Amino acid sequence: MTAVLAKRRVKSAIWYVAVTALSVATVFPLVWTLATSFKGEGEILGGTGLVPRDFSLANYTEVFSEVPFVRYTLNTLVIALVGAATNMFFGGLAGYAFAKLEFRFKRPLFLGLLASMMIPGIVTMIPLFLILKKFPLIGGNDPFGEGGVGFINSYWAVILPGAAGSFAIFFMRQFFGTLPDELGEAARIDGASEFTVFRKVYLPLAKAPLAVLGLLTFQAGWNNFMWPLIVLNNRDMMTVQVGLSSFITDYETHYGPLMAGTVIASLPVLVVFLLGQRYLIDGIAHAGIK
Amino acid sequence: MSAVGSVRRRRPGRARRHQQRHGYLFIALPMVLFAVFTVLPIGIAFVLSFSDYSVIGETSWTGIGNYTRVFDDPYFTTALVNTVVYTLMYVPLGIVVALGAAMLLNRRVKAVKIYRTMFYIPVISSTVATATIWYWLLNPQYGLLNVALGWFGIDGPAWLHDSRWAMPSIVMMAVWAGFGTNMMIYLAGLKAVPPELYEAARLDGANAWQAFRHITLPQLRRTTFFVSTLLIIGAFQVFDQAFVLTKGGPGNSTITLVYYIYNKGFGKLEMGYASAISFVLAAIILVFAIVNARAVDRESR
Repeated sequence: MTAVLAKRRVKSAIWYVAVTALSVATVFPLVWTLATSFKGEGEILGGTGLVPRDFSLANYTEVFSEVPFVRYTLNTLVIALVGAATNMFFGGLAGYAFAKLEFRFKRPLFLGLLASMMIPGIVTMIPLFLILKKFPLIGGNDPFGEGGVGFINSYWAVILPGAAGSFAIFFMRQFFGTLPDELGEAARIDGASEFTVFRKVYLPLAKAPLAVLGLLTFQAGWNNFMWPLIVLNNRDMMTVQVGLSSFITDYETHYGPLMAGTVIASLPVLVVFLLGQRYLIDGIAHAGIK
Repeated sequence: MSAVGSVRRRRPGRARRHQQRHGYLFIALPMVLFAVFTVLPIGIAFVLSFSDYSVIGETSWTGIGNYTRVFDDPYFTTALVNTVVYTLMYVPLGIVVALGAAMLLNRRVKAVKIYRTMFYIPVISSTVATATIWYWLLNPQYGLLNVALGWFGIDGPAWLHDSRWAMPSIVMMAVWAGFGTNMMIYLAGLKAVPPELYEAARLDGANAWQAFRHITLPQLRRTTFFVSTLLIIGAFQVFDQAFVLTKGGPGNSTITLVYYIYNKGFGKLEMGYASAISFVLAAIILVFAIVNARAVDRESR
């Protein structure tokens, strides 16, 4: 009996060593970044100790003085928040319609959405840029899309193409599909309109999955790099991620401000994640297994 | 009065029309956005791929010229080889690490929750932030990795500055940054495996490896299919890491296909040719996804 107990203890100890080692690997680089962001330039390149010897906020002030980082943060916040809101709104409406309402061409339309998720984003990147640039009557364009810049260098260039993502619609349809039809039938017999059925019966039940969708789209919008890099090339319109990458050039890398910028850029997503991680983890598991 | 009203509303034809109208109303705006910003671009890309469109100057039709050019282009071949090398390292490693971490976490211990959060932390960091951190970790002189290797008397390579080690470095970073999501998916898959199966295997005298090989793996077939498909699609589209970390270097050793498309389309403005490469890439992804589906199916029989 004691042998079994001892064996179990050893197993448990091995487990703790393994998970702790893996957590060090996942978390330590971030701790290192945080520590480095408070070090002076000499200490960054010379020392290998974790704790800064001369605690300094110089790197943080440098981030804000070298590039318009406040402006970048505001740009990214607008893009990420509007993106999350539109995806929750459109994803909720369309996902509900595909799950619970009957209409002609429902299946082919939904299959079209699904198929689009399989096509690599790079295929559409060039024409999408052209569509945004040549959008009629926008950004100085004439009715034929010539003469101006269209949506390029405006928030719309990032927001519009992703406002009603196929993933959002698919995700919400999966959720609404799990709710019973009888809930709506009862309300319909009482004479409720289809909009009331959605608004009063089904929508209140979808708070958790909508929160998950909001978290995921906010995170994706905040961390998006390639598309903003392409459509927002005016210095005032850049996002945090694009701004950060400008600290790394072919010739030299300003580690101090780069690390400080990384810390600032990671904070909003970290806060959002810690607040909603319980829902997020269930949501990913849900979307993955169904 | 209300009884009459409700009877009238429930008349099948009218109720169906009412519902159909709302169905269209609910999907109208999302579908317009989908048509304009997804379907239309795919159509345009296809048309452009048969021309020499380059934003400025005259455009003429080149037939399948762009597609034949792809196969004579030495840089395309380099980018393709680099991308395949990346995929062959990234996908298996991504699966092993994600599944391993999920199996570690599939325990009834309270501490699991904290460790789960910590394992997931890299996922929420942006590629740029992650790349920054790794750029520093991989610094040949001051980087933590080589300092740590030095403790064991190992003289670490120059990582991102060495054409042999640059791609493995990017793979290492990408696995670190992305395994959390797939770990969650595997964790959900593991929870759905009926415990009776393990009980039966134990009674039959199976050891841990046999139980893993003959119960866990086959039971996770659907999950593995889902995870590996996502990994393959993502691997072939690798861009951010290479762009931020190495700019394709050293010596073109980390030029990937999407990076090459970006260079051609937005750097050199050869948008017709870049569109053609995009469709070749889409076809390659499709082929790999199908091969993978077959392999997953065979492996777990």
